Amino acid sequence: MTAAQLESSSASRLGMTALRGAMSYVLPFAVVAGLWQFASLFFPPFLFPSLVDVFARFVSIVTEWSQFVDVLATVLRILAGLAGAFLIGAVLAVLMARSRMIHDFLSPILTLFQGIPALSWVVFAIIWFHGIEPRIFFIMVMTTLPAFSFQVLSALRAMSRDLTEMVMSFRPSRSKLFTAMIIPAVLPDILTAWKVNLGNASRVVVVAELVGATGGVGYQLLQQQQVFDMAGALAWTLQLVVFVLIVQAILTLIENVAFRYRAASERTL
Amino acid sequence: MTSVTGMENCVISLDKVSKVFGKANSAGFYTAVDNLDLKVAQGQMLALLGKTGCGKSTIFNMIAGLTEPSEGRVTVSGHDPFREFDAFRGKMAIVFQGDRLLPWRTAIENVELGLEILGQSAKQRRSHAMSWLERLGLRGHEHDYPHALSGGMRQRVSIARAFATNANLLLCDEPFSALDEMTGKRLRTEFVKLVKENGKTAVFITHSINEALEIGDRIVVLKRPATIAIDIPLTSETRDDAKEAIRSRIQGALAA
Ligand SMILES: Nc1ncnc2c1ncn2[C@@H]1O[C@H](COP(=O)(O)OP(=O)(O)O)[C@@H](O)[C@H]1O
Ligand SMILES: [Mg+2]
Repeated sequence: MTAAQLESSSASRLGMTALRGAMSYVLPFAVVAGLWQFASLFFPPFLFPSLVDVFARFVSIVTEWSQFVDVLATVLRILAGLAGAFLIGAVLAVLMARSRMIHDFLSPILTLFQGIPALSWVVFAIIWFHGIEPRIFFIMVMTTLPAFSFQVLSALRAMSRDLTEMVMSFRPSRSKLFTAMIIPAVLPDILTAWKVNLGNASRVVVVAELVGATGGVGYQLLQQQQVFDMAGALAWTLQLVVFVLIVQAILTLIENVAFRYRAASERTL
Repeated sequence: MTSVTGMENCVISLDKVSKVFGKANSAGFYTAVDNLDLKVAQGQMLALLGKTGCGKSTIFNMIAGLTEPSEGRVTVSGHDPFREFDAFRGKMAIVFQGDRLLPWRTAIENVELGLEILGQSAKQRRSHAMSWLERLGLRGHEHDYPHALSGGMRQRVSIARAFATNANLLLCDEPFSALDEMTGKRLRTEFVKLVKENGKTAVFITHSINEALEIGDRIVVLKRPATIAIDIPLTSETRDDAKEAIRSRIQGALAA
């Protein structure tokens, strides 16, 4: 075999491997979709609608502004809630990392919060707050705050003492210590925390929207339930799933670019 | 040079310094430094020798202001390096045991760290850092991340990072131990030149008697917990046979 042949055969082998990888990723979904489509042949549409109908509904939601604003409203609620929880959580984590007393005080409270169901927060929010958006924001923050606090705290604790000491030895200002050491050291863990909490938040948000929202994916799901429109329910659900996938992909992209400094030998995880 | 004891122009002074870790009567209680008196004169190159765990790094951290002494007083140029921490910005350069490079910064960005903290402009610090990397034989590796460098190269980057700040006091914890024979020798020569030409003061920890004899102009051997076992001044006139006698004295003290 010539070098060129060798090259092209190894290239095609690589292509095959990639294809097989993609196949094994898609296969489970294809099987579920196939079974669903098969079921749709025997059951009425309000139980198992044809995937073609679901897809058509999905496209119409994305392309019609009057419907897409509902998706946007929910997306903004997720992001606002996460941002709020992250900011408060980061402050709490810094306080807990700096003071043993604050840690011993806050840690059990946050753990307690973690055990409260999202639906309970919905009830509390309705009793305590008037406006729809403050209620939703409150629910989103309370349900993701404990996880964010603990994740940021563990990121801070995992920071290398040796490296911190080295940076400190140059006598940096507080802000310089923050930008040169703390942020780059905790960033990988923070991004992971965002990925995890994003999934949680997108599941909680539709429950939060039951506080009387007149728009949003949760509201729309309720409408579909009232008219037994399974295709619509699926199409609206898919909006959220796709949103989560897109943001996860963006975060992964950021990770790949921002953390390319990491060792990349084949045997590392 | 003034005599070792009763120096007037001393830069570093440890006065009856002790350091204990953990609470009294608890399992973790340990006296790492015990009632130590040590003075280092301006322009002196002090080699600290001692077995592993005898408290060298602890002394080093107290001089650097990173650890507070439990008892006694540490002063550097008349000031307390721990309590007046920020006053020493740019005044001391520290090479730690192990390279301690920031993994998210390239070699040159690591060298720039101290210069950034000193507020140099981006252009200024880039060319300054580059000249230090070249001096340490790292030209062509300035944009490599630490994981792509060998252990010796990383240690050289960390030396460049410390020296680039041009501080007058150099504190080095086993700076040349991770280097190969050749590079180590070359860097020791550079190091002596840098210290002597600019009248800097240096304290360097080493576990190598040869290294101490080669570049130190005073050797202090510590015994555990850190107290002084031997304190020997060396001059360029110290003859080789005298050095041999010193070597066996040091060996004896280290074996004890
Ligand atoms: N932060 C610490 N807490 C408890 N013990 C410590 C700490 N740092 C050092 N020690 C102890 O003090 C002794 C001296 O340590 P060190 O100064 O690092 O020695 P050397 O640098 O000479 O090897 C060792 O026995 C070590 O276990
Ligand atoms: Mg040590």
